[in-house]
Order: sequence, then C-alpha cells, then structure tokens
Amino acid sequence: MADATLTIGFLPLVDACLPILAHEHGFAADEGVALTFVRDVSWATVLDRLLYGHTDGAHMLAPLTIATTLGLGRPAQPLAAPFVLGLNGNAITLSKPLAAMVASPGEYGDPAAVGARLREAAMAAKAQGRRLRFGVVHRFSSHNYKLRYWLAACGIRPDHDVEIVTIAPPFVPDALASGEIDGSCVGEPWSSVCVERDVGTIVLASAQIWRRGVEKVLAVCEPVLADKAEAFAALIRAMRRAGRHFIDPANFAENARILASPPYLDANPALVLRAISDRLVLAHGAAPVHLPDLMFQHSEAANFPWMSQAAWLYSQMARWGHTAFDPADAARAMRVFRPDIYRAALIDTGDDLPNASSKVEGSVTQMTQVGAQQGTLTLSANRFFDGLTFDPDQIEAYLASLP
Amino acid sequence: MKIAIVDESSIRASIIEEGLGQLENAEIFTLTQRHGLLTAIERIAPDVVLIDLGNPSRDVLEEYFAVSRALSRPIAMFVDESDDASIAASIDAGVSAYVVDGLASHRIKPLLDLCIKRFHAFARLQSDLADAQGKLAERDHIDRAKRILMRSRSITEPEAYAELRRKAMSSNKRIAEIAEAVVSAHDLLGGD
Repeated sequence: MADATLTIGFLPLVDACLPILAHEHGFAADEGVALTFVRDVSWATVLDRLLYGHTDGAHMLAPLTIATTLGLGRPAQPLAAPFVLGLNGNAITLSKPLAAMVASPGEYGDPAAVGARLREAAMAAKAQGRRLRFGVVHRFSSHNYKLRYWLAACGIRPDHDVEIVTIAPPFVPDALASGEIDGSCVGEPWSSVCVERDVGTIVLASAQIWRRGVEKVLAVCEPVLADKAEAFAALIRAMRRAGRHFIDPANFAENARILASPPYLDANPALVLRAISDRLVLAHGAAPVHLPDLMFQHSEAANFPWMSQAAWLYSQMARWGHTAFDPADAARAMRVFRPDIYRAALIDTGDDLPNASSKVEGSVTQMTQVGAQQGTLTLSANRFFDGLTFDPDQIEAYLASLP
Repeated sequence: MKIAIVDESSIRASIIEEGLGQLENAEIFTLTQRHGLLTAIERIAPDVVLIDLGNPSRDVLEEYFAVSRALSRPIAMFVDESDDASIAASIDAGVSAYVVDGLASHRIKPLLDLCIKRFHAFARLQSDLADAQGKLAERDHIDRAKRILMRSRSITEPEAYAELRRKAMSSNKRIAEIAEAVVSAHDLLGGD
C-alpha cells in the first residue's frame, strides 16, 4: 500500500534504472511509496526542478550534488545523497581514426597503453595547432574527473595539451561524426549509439580507470529529506530490491525493454541491453565484449554512500581549479553523502551494511572482508589504474602527489 | 540592458521578444540555433539570459558562464537570494534566468513577470492548437466511420450517425472513440 508519493527527476540514461525499476516492478508500492517521474534533457533543469520543488529527488551527477551544496557557480543550496545509484557505466569513445591509432578497435585497451599512444597523438595534434578536443556531459561530472584523471596520469595535461568541453549526451554522436570533438566520456546508451552509427569506437570503460568509482546519486534537498524521511527510507529499500532484480541475467531482456520504452529512455532496447548485461559492442560490427565491472549497480553494497567517495570527487574539483581547496569545504562535501540515512533505511532488512562510513579508496587490491553490521561484507578490488590510493584524511598530501 | 532569449522554438522566442519589447532601455536578442550559440552570447555580452527549461544547451551554456573570463558573467538566479517569488514562478512557467551579478532586482522583476506571462500565453496557444487539431481528427474519424457504416449496412448518413451515437451511449464512451474503433477495425479487416 502506497501512502506517500515521491516525484523523481531523471535524465534518459541507463543508470536512471533503479528508481524506474523500483516503480515498474512494484517494489516501491510494496514498500509504501508511490513514484512519479519527470524526464528532462539537461542536468541544469533536473537540478532546477529539484531546488524549486517540482521534484522530491533526482538522478544526479555525484559531483554536481557536491558543487551545488558548496555554491560553485550558483548560490549554495544544501543537498544530500543518501543512495549511490551506481558505480561507473561510462565509456571513453574516440573518433574512428583516433581509435585506430591508439587502440585495437573492438577490444578494451589497457588504460596506460592506450594513454601512452594517445599522448603521442595529442602532442602531434597540439604541435600542428589543433588540440584534440574531448566532450564530457558536465563540468561537475565524474565523466569529467575520471577522464582528466586518466589523461593526467598518462602525461596529457587537460586544459593545456587537450581541450575538454561540455556537450549534452544526445549530441555526442553528431559531434563525433562532424569532427567537432575527437573523443568523449559519456554514459550509456550514448557510446553504443556512436558505435551503432559507426561514428566512434569505444576504447575504455570508466571502470578501467577507477574500478569502483561513484557515478550518479539520488540527490535530495536536505530539508525535504528531513520532511519525507520515511518515504525516502521506503524508496531506498525499494531501490535495493530493484538492484537485485537488475543484476539477475534472467531479467536483462525485460528490464531493457522497460528502460528503453518511450516514457523513460525512449531508446533502442538492444543498445540498452548491451549496457545492462555489461556486454558492449566496442566497434561497429564487432562481437560484444563482457566486462563485469562496466556498470555496478548492486553487489558489494555498491549503493552505500561512502563519504570517502565524496571526498575524492571534492579533491578532483580542487585539483582542476573548479574550487580552491579548503578543509571546511572538504568536510562539507563529505557530509553530502549520507551513510546514516542509508543504514537506517536498511537496518532491519538483513542487507549488507558496512560499519565504516569512509575507506581508503583504491586500497583494496584483492577480495577483502570488511566489518559489517551483520557478519562481514566482501569487497573486491577497487583500484585506480595507476595504483595510487586516496586517503580522505590526507587530501592535501594526495593533491601534492598527483601529476 | 541587453537581454538574450535562447529558445529553439522560434515561435515562442518571438512571442517573448514581442512581450519584452514593451520594456524601456532593453535591447533584445533572440537565439534559436544551437550551433554557434556560445559565439553569439560572447558577442552580445548580455546582462540577462532567458532560456527555456527544455533546452538541451543549458549545461553547455552554464559551462560557458563558469569559464568565461568576462567580469560580468551571468549566474543562475535563485529565489532565496532575491526575496522575490517571480524566480520560482519563472521556473514553474518553464523558463530559467541567468543575470549578471549586481543587476538591481527592481529591474529584473518586471522583466521576469513579462517573460512568465508570455510563456503562459505560448502554452495556452499550444493547447488551443492541440485541441483544434484533436477536434479536426475526431471530425475526420466520425466522417469516415459514417461512410463505412453507410456502405456496409446500406443505411443513410443520419442513420449511420444515430448508430454511432447509440453505441456510444450504451458503452459509455464518446462518439469519437466509437468512430475511431470502427475505422481501426475497418482498416484491420483490409477495408479500403
């Protein structure tokens, strides 16, 4: 029986899946909350609707949630992220000629090897007076920060050796086709659309840059989260159930059909199926390649909002001059992620609940058991491709150590 | 005061432009093309940018404002910053405003209020148009259904209409719905 209603804003991307499936499979109604959805075409509008109360919660870029709370680019408005909607799921797609120079089209490359060859191509282009240009979906997006992390670690300085511009996901295929950009980091199904239209080649998945990197979150205005605490707890439980359904291969085809339908992604279900089964086709006409880490929506407490993930995103904002580093801001950014709300919602469900709220990111190199509220929880490797680790208590030292 | 209206619907953009023409000392620029948008904005250097919420270029525009070296770059307006409900009303109407810092709020309010009125006027125009189109389509279905019945049952036009009405009343539906069902069934069964 649904006794509360929440309106959820989203952009038509595969990783808006959990609230949509929580609604479509009846998990939300079962937990006592009815969901309605508002689809938009820009993050700015998803955010406006959240801030002005058109929606109660939103599918939102994790760094944008932090930037809004800190007042970067607009007056500060406190947001909370009590649930991570997924880890990774984005791909780096290059124009076909560039991909042929730096990778083996049809296969995922090794990030360091692809980066080394890309560096040569970038420097050659720069010497000719036309820097390579990459599109990302938003200034404050994990796409931007993971792309920059990878480029910088490979000796390519973003903003100096290459250009990074903002481009809305639906226009990425056209921009690659016209040569307006040479590559992009975008969420599904848009890289697959590039491959299907034969205008680009996927060379890497964001999971290869940071194996367990945070992507979208459920964003809520702090006062609304307090007012509707029970409804949001019900939504969190419903989304955990939706995640269990989402990762079961028996449900892939049905969930692809639901997500691709006109009210949601209004996309080709065959392309959506590639993403949710972690089997992208990387070059036009090639065989699909299985990468189990591609999008990680449920297992290993993937939805748990580790405050250290928020801290890493904040560190990258400071790294690229999107804000000046300030320890008080770092602490504020970490508090946007709300493990307390997540735990309280799931405490009686027997679900995996880590005891800690923060961890050293990138430090797990093999299957490791961590403390949980019931028994133990096993986390698999969460490493960054360059082997560095991130300690949220040592952000300044970390920034000083980066190239 | 320079005002840029960014709207891919050129009809709506001209309706807003016409409305804002009433403002004194306002220079209005209408931008309906996605291509070259940032170059145009840079050239105009507007004090106010109005953009509809459904415009996919919003994130690109915000990025431009964030990195623009211009001193007086517009930022998103917020209701909490100006004790003025007209910003919330503008979001409700479907338009978002970016305003250069320091522009006096008494200059912004009449602008936003006019813009909201024009957005509502456009929305009404659109729903009137949709209504009119819907009615035309209904009329067409009823005419076709009548002709199908007249031919297949050899009855007159008034009899065919009476038949549709009787069926509508007995099934608690509108005549247009029954007519549409007759037409669909006829098409499905391979009728001409």
